[in-house]
Amino acid sequence: MKRMKLVMVGNGMAGVRTLEEVLKLAPDLYDITVFGSEPYANYNRILLSPVLAGEQTIKDIMLNDVDWYEKNGITLHLNKKITRIDRKNRTVHAEDGTSAAYDRLILATGSNPFMLPVPGNDLAGVISFRDIHDVDAMVEASAKYKHAVVIGGGLLGLEAANGLKLRGMDVTVVHLPEHLMERQLDDVASKMLQKSLEDKGLNFLMGKQTEQLIGKDGRVAAVRFKDGQEVPADLVVMAVGIRPNTQLAESAGIHCNRGIVVNDTMQTFDPRIYAIGECVSHRGIAYGLVAPLFEMAKVCANHLAEYGIGRYTGSVTSTKLKVTGIELFSAGDYLGGEGTENLLMSDPKGGLYKKLVLKENKLVGAVLYGESGDGNWYFKLMREGTDVSALRNRLLFGETHLGDAGHGGQSRAAAMKDTDQVCDCNGVCKGDITKAIITKGLFTLDDVKAHTKAAASCGSCTGLVEQILAQTLGGDYEAPEAKPMCKCTDYTHDQVRAAIRDQQLISIPEVMSKLEWKRPDGCPSCRPALNYYLISTWPKEAKDDYQSRFINERAHGNIQKDGTYSVIPRLFGGSVTVDQLRAIADVAEKFEVPTMKITGGQRIDLLGLKKETLPAVWGDLADRGLVSGHAYGKALRTVKTCVGSEWCRFGVQDSTQMGIDLEEMTWGSWTPHKYKMAVSGCPRNCAEATIKDFGVVAIDSGWELHVGGNGGVKVRATDLLCRVTTREEVLEYAAAFMQIYREEARYLERTAPWVERVGLAYIKGRVVDDAEGRAEAYKRLLESQEIYRFDPWAERAKGVDKHEFTPLKVIEEQTV
Amino acid sequence: MNSAAKKVAMQTEKWIEVGSVSDIPKDGARVVKTPLGDIAVFRNMQDEVFALRDKCPHKGGPLSQGIIYGRTVACPLHNWNIALETGIAVAPDEGCAASFPVRVEGGKVFLSLTPSEGCPNH
Repeated sequence: MKRMKLVMVGNGMAGVRTLEEVLKLAPDLYDITVFGSEPYANYNRILLSPVLAGEQTIKDIMLNDVDWYEKNGITLHLNKKITRIDRKNRTVHAEDGTSAAYDRLILATGSNPFMLPVPGNDLAGVISFRDIHDVDAMVEASAKYKHAVVIGGGLLGLEAANGLKLRGMDVTVVHLPEHLMERQLDDVASKMLQKSLEDKGLNFLMGKQTEQLIGKDGRVAAVRFKDGQEVPADLVVMAVGIRPNTQLAESAGIHCNRGIVVNDTMQTFDPRIYAIGECVSHRGIAYGLVAPLFEMAKVCANHLAEYGIGRYTGSVTSTKLKVTGIELFSAGDYLGGEGTENLLMSDPKGGLYKKLVLKENKLVGAVLYGESGDGNWYFKLMREGTDVSALRNRLLFGETHLGDAGHGGQSRAAAMKDTDQVCDCNGVCKGDITKAIITKGLFTLDDVKAHTKAAASCGSCTGLVEQILAQTLGGDYEAPEAKPMCKCTDYTHDQVRAAIRDQQLISIPEVMSKLEWKRPDGCPSCRPALNYYLISTWPKEAKDDYQSRFINERAHGNIQKDGTYSVIPRLFGGSVTVDQLRAIADVAEKFEVPTMKITGGQRIDLLGLKKETLPAVWGDLADRGLVSGHAYGKALRTVKTCVGSEWCRFGVQDSTQMGIDLEEMTWGSWTPHKYKMAVSGCPRNCAEATIKDFGVVAIDSGWELHVGGNGGVKVRATDLLCRVTTREEVLEYAAAFMQIYREEARYLERTAPWVERVGLAYIKGRVVDDAEGRAEAYKRLLESQEIYRFDPWAERAKGVDKHEFTPLKVIEEQTV
Repeated sequence: MNSAAKKVAMQTEKWIEVGSVSDIPKDGARVVKTPLGDIAVFRNMQDEVFALRDKCPHKGGPLSQGIIYGRTVACPLHNWNIALETGIAVAPDEGCAASFPVRVEGGKVFLSLTPSEGCPNH
């Protein structure tokens, strides 16, 4: 097939990211040509501030060097400015006469710094803060001159001022409004920021309007204001805003309105022409931060690759100031307005200020000053629209203060040293991650996972890694609003699940074809998730696909580091008979089990069994009435109990029997992640029920029900769901909570993060307040259990899936 | 190896019949035990058959137990992805599991115990 011609005007971060995505999706579809007006290949504009501050070099921040273009067969024209688009003949023309024909054109012309229209703005020494050239000019000036004036007290202006100060200049920041960063901060936070920047040695002139720049021998020498005051200036940096660069588009008759107007697939009014990045106006908004631009890039590439599924629907943005030593975070509607309420914590002397804006029980805005570690967590609550009414009395204190949780993952990154370990599974330190982000030009969690392995195993350090990304890249990093399930699709977990339910899809191939999976066979991350969604949504109709299950669930044992397996029989409620103990002992003896262990869930673990012997081991156990303990699955694991009122002098209810009943009801069921329960016979809580997914604690008048706890890397204590009085109620509530979790949580999401994501208020609404809904969920669990509550071990002992446990062939020495 | 050399190698290769394609589940694997150690024989969705040493170059995990997709297997221990045709780990991971020639004739799988060239990790 003849390739189409794709031409891009502009060579910045958003544009090149689009090309990278196109090359990934459809490497052979286009011949690509790029025109850039700067002499450099693609560099990381976000990190210009650290370069100015002397913390990094230009070399550190290159993203794609010239070799990259060559390697990918892209024709690159540097230093060539396109001045005309001939839409009729579909060609673009550069200043020097170079031209190129296109089938598809991407406009990625970025933005221009706005220069105040005052006399003298063309003097030498008057610059903006936009590209490498500006940084060079500033570094050069700082070596020769003394006085710098930065006009504009926004994010960029302050970063420039800070950098120039660090390079030894006397810096004055001039700002027209009375408050710094008035587009991100409210008055209080802004005053606090000004105070600490003054402590760092910056001067401020607030409420000043610039009238003229006064020159001497062709170079700027002073700034004069409307009120007549004058300050000396050898360097003037204008940082009063950016304007989308629409000149080229406008001259070609493409509709612009404070930016090139695009639709949700990033197409301009001429559908052959796409626009992307800072030059764009999408639904009336022009974005200047990199994260929304990358989301646009993804959608644009998807469309260019002719998949045609993604849509860009806008972004909520957050800001962090990249000035070392100052912690500042702002996001969303930080000012508030009609129908909103503010939660405030203010300690001006101690340098601490927090403001959270709520609307209809949801967080819609946040300003943090002095301590911004919880910024990502607040931002997550905002993006996911979590109902925060149940946590509002603790919300201001941050995530670590929630539910008596232990060390929370989200707010630690700032305090960590480079040598501190972030990912305990793969032994990755903070320094490794920061280095990879900078030297390899990484922007997303997936990139970091692939290159460093951090957060690639159990995932519990994901929040920490995201925070390191945010810290390293400043306000320009955002977690994507809705993460696709994996690289095989652009749909999120929730969308896929809804499609399975609404379109009644019952097999993996059916899902993949209906939802246009990019890889026909999926990958190890989507296939187990799809299998789970199918069997939990359609327990009767869908067939369990064993080849899409992780080995532990396929072989019904837990694979160990040496490739042997462990066997843990179920002991309901952790209670055991003499005969069961004898049966386990006999098996251990007969099969020469090297190690036995009592587990944390009150079971007995037989370790070190070869896969081939498993069916025989299971057969012996089944003969003595023991069934699979599912200690290997994303499934109901154990119900741990204390002895309770039958023996204990403090016990108020029969917790052991309650545990047995709960376990008999739920064993064999599959869940999004492992699922543990416990029952304590009195509030002393010896069964540790308050760190379980579902915990039951006996009280004099009945039972307390707790949800959403776990031990593990990040301990989370449960939230109290409600109190009930009878055994039947405990079973119904337990089943309903579990079933709603099974139906609505994302695969590999435990109850703790699920409860935090959807909010306790939501769970209470479904399980406690809605009696009818609860009864139905209970019924649905029992229906599913009619199919899934069986012993997979007994089946396999009788020969089911024999191929799984026997070698294909044994080749003896003599045949070789 | 050029194609002529390959042809010669094919003829001199000692092929051992190890079973039928249908003995291996689609997107699954079986182990062949040999005096040289375990060899994993894979069958993917398209019924292509591959053979690799049953040992991940990372920490020796049994590749036969992994999830197979396309022409790749994910190791069950730490999720390294290994290309089934070559045994080479998918970037950015680095490493290689020796691959063995297999051919399918009349639904039967034949395996050679001489590892293909190109992987130092024999």
